[in-house]
Amino acid sequence: MDQTLVKKLRILADAAKYDASCSSSNAPKRAAGVDGLGSTTGSGICHAYTPDGRCVSLLKILLTNYCLFDCAYCINRRSSNVERARFTVEEVVALTVNFYKRNYIEGLFLSSGVIKSPDYTMEQMMLVAKTLRQKHGFAGYIHLKAIPEASPWLVEQAGLWADRLSVNLELPSQQSLQRLAPEKDVDGIQSTMGQVKERIVEAKAERRRFSPAGQSTQVIVGADDTTDEGVLRASDTMYRRYDLSRVYYSAFSPIPEPSVILPLKPPPLQRENRLYQADWLLRHYGFSVDEIAEGGEGGMLDLEIDPKLAWALKNRHRFPVDVNTADREMLLRVPGFGKRAVDKMVAARRHTRLGLEDLARLTPTLKRARPFIIAEDHSPHGLTDRADLRARLAPPAKQLSLF
Amino acid sequence: MARHIALREGADLDSFRQAARGLVAEGVPPEAVTWGSDAAPGLFAAEAPADAPPLALPRAVAEFIQPVVCHRDPERYGLLYGLIWRSLHGERALAEVSSDPLVHRLERMRKAIRRDLHKMHAFVRFRQVGDPAEERFTAWFEPEHFILEATADFFVERFRALRWSIVTPIGSLHWDREALRFGPPGTRADVPESDAFEEGWRGYYASIFNPARVNPTAMRAEMPKKYWHNMPEAALIPDLIREAPARTREMIAKQAALPKRRDPARAVEKMARQAPPTLAALNALIAATDPLVPGATRAVLGEGPEGATIAFVGEQPGDQEDLAGRCFIGPAGQVLDRAMQEAGIDRARSYLTNAVKHFKFVQQGKRRIHQSPTTGEVKHYRWWLKQELDFVKPKLVVALGGSAALALTGEVVPVMRYRGRARFEGGQPGYIMPHPSYLLRLPDEAAKARAYEDFVADLRAIRAMAEELEAGAAA
Repeated sequence: MDQTLVKKLRILADAAKYDASCSSSNAPKRAAGVDGLGSTTGSGICHAYTPDGRCVSLLKILLTNYCLFDCAYCINRRSSNVERARFTVEEVVALTVNFYKRNYIEGLFLSSGVIKSPDYTMEQMMLVAKTLRQKHGFAGYIHLKAIPEASPWLVEQAGLWADRLSVNLELPSQQSLQRLAPEKDVDGIQSTMGQVKERIVEAKAERRRFSPAGQSTQVIVGADDTTDEGVLRASDTMYRRYDLSRVYYSAFSPIPEPSVILPLKPPPLQRENRLYQADWLLRHYGFSVDEIAEGGEGGMLDLEIDPKLAWALKNRHRFPVDVNTADREMLLRVPGFGKRAVDKMVAARRHTRLGLEDLARLTPTLKRARPFIIAEDHSPHGLTDRADLRARLAPPAKQLSLF
Repeated sequence: MARHIALREGADLDSFRQAARGLVAEGVPPEAVTWGSDAAPGLFAAEAPADAPPLALPRAVAEFIQPVVCHRDPERYGLLYGLIWRSLHGERALAEVSSDPLVHRLERMRKAIRRDLHKMHAFVRFRQVGDPAEERFTAWFEPEHFILEATADFFVERFRALRWSIVTPIGSLHWDREALRFGPPGTRADVPESDAFEEGWRGYYASIFNPARVNPTAMRAEMPKKYWHNMPEAALIPDLIREAPARTREMIAKQAALPKRRDPARAVEKMARQAPPTLAALNALIAATDPLVPGATRAVLGEGPEGATIAFVGEQPGDQEDLAGRCFIGPAGQVLDRAMQEAGIDRARSYLTNAVKHFKFVQQGKRRIHQSPTTGEVKHYRWWLKQELDFVKPKLVVALGGSAALALTGEVVPVMRYRGRARFEGGQPGYIMPHPSYLLRLPDEAAKARAYEDFVADLRAIRAMAEELEAGAAA
């Protein structure tokens, strides 16, 4: 591989890594024709993991990190002194195809700094996707970042070639955006999300392709002072209004070129993790934002225990739940019971009565569930209401390191 | 004495199936059978049962068999036969009872196989061999279980157009773009030492890693160390982890620096003016774009003077319009021309365009039969129409037919019910009437004549409205 190309790749991957999304899931199952390349599997594949525990599924790069915008949290803002580079459309296409052929990746996730104009940039990105699909018969996954400032007809065309489109909200409130990303505009972001949603719905009804894996967004956590409840409310609204497939939470991470208005600190990884758990409860476990917020304090989630346990501890009157009779909705609310385990319980109890030993084969986190359930041979007695229940279930506090 | 069933080494699904059928037919319970992967090649054990008819098994049981025979556990056949036996002897729903110890164990084995398959799909790394023009790829991989055959479909589907081999200690797979061949086991030495793209791939891997989030435990949970030695990028892991804390400290300690480059104020200002500056520029853009539904010869653009008082918006170009590249020149256009003349509207001073800019059709012999655009297609094009009308700035916009009304209002509008004056998006004075092609489709002459009268009456009303609006603007 050409040395300048390797160097560009390093710069433009480095510039793309603050985007949390790397998923290659939800695309319709398909395989390329005889002369094409690639397939999608539905659930996606992680081809490697980096030492931050994150999955490498797509070739996640920027077309260029030159940018006319000046967003304080972003390494690529125009006032940053970071090293710049720019790929040509052909270079990105060739890299994607060659990496794909060696089974390094599931496809491409292309984003870009804004150069010349949002329209120009969006068109170049769209051209990459179009070339891959048309010239190389590429059937792998393509995720394109939609630039909300670009003209709507370019978003229309991007959706024809991509499996997923995403528009990043980045900051959950208008005020934060104004302060940290002065060129960005909430209305523009929302109208693009609205346009994408509308087109996805119509294309499904008309059996056409338009961003078949849906749209997603990213919210940066910890760059402004929005509470967890505020973040979750923003997500909840977006899930309902725009049918988003995912909201990604990205702990604001130190970047090599800090901005004057945004001091750097270690990323709030635990907070990010709790937000993902809460998001999961919203989407798959029938919880409302109010219920999740109830488990925390002052709009912030409990960092020590997971949000489901936090909610259960404050709603002990709804427990214990009998695993042999309770309905699925209530079983999903038992701390330590995941969706899959609950489904297995519901299937198994049609043929047998479940005791603790049976449950231990269905879920690895039975210990957390015990105080909240009744089983064939188990009742928590007074355990559910004990004052020290939280202390019994919370992971032991880390010992202070003295020296 | 217990029966011994000898199967071939590896995942011997066929022999297992045959043996299980026979044993069930003979009524041999699981505790009376021992299973081994010790069959001499080409020789099926003497104790093997005779051929028996297929077993009708619950689907949940069948779903265990194929994956679990790939497992390395020597007890796999015995466990599966136990499941089959019990399912056929009073416990038909057994495979759905995940809390049963046998089912639980089989579920864990199946999960291990799925994981092994998934990791093989993920972690195989191809290297190019031979003449670059010919493009052949090989990979060396060490799966944990006997999954080589089970994994073949995935790689064939994905890399159908390439020639490749996957070599493992339990056998090899070879694909030549047409047929799949299973070959003998190989060694690492069968695969080249490196590949021209590995340097780039390693560079990517190192750069996409964020040292401020270092979490090797999470990484190892998904990418256990046993896979590392066959992955070119994994050699970087120790250094990346070791250097991470220092890199993070450095970033946090770093003071914000003033930009070294000049603030690109002019470029930033210019960026805001990206919209096409003229109707001609917009038209150039439309003309350069591919049709949403493939087939059209060209985009058919709007016609007429900017500043026209009335703009007529039709549905989409037809066969003749597509060939000539001009709107409203086919049969429907001719009807419109005649009616406009009768109503006293000068076509040359009006603006005419379509909601959708490309012809859509199905081919029937030599004829191209027009197809109406779908809602999604109309909406796909409406952003252009909006821009177009912003340049023309007509006083009155006429929607000819449902597609135009949809494009101008954003909603599906029943034309006959809302025929007459209307308000379009942005408060634009408008008028909704049928498309002239509607007149061509009416079957009997009397109805046609009546509809034509109404059509001309609409245009008269439009002319009056336009005059009203012009007078209002002049006053």
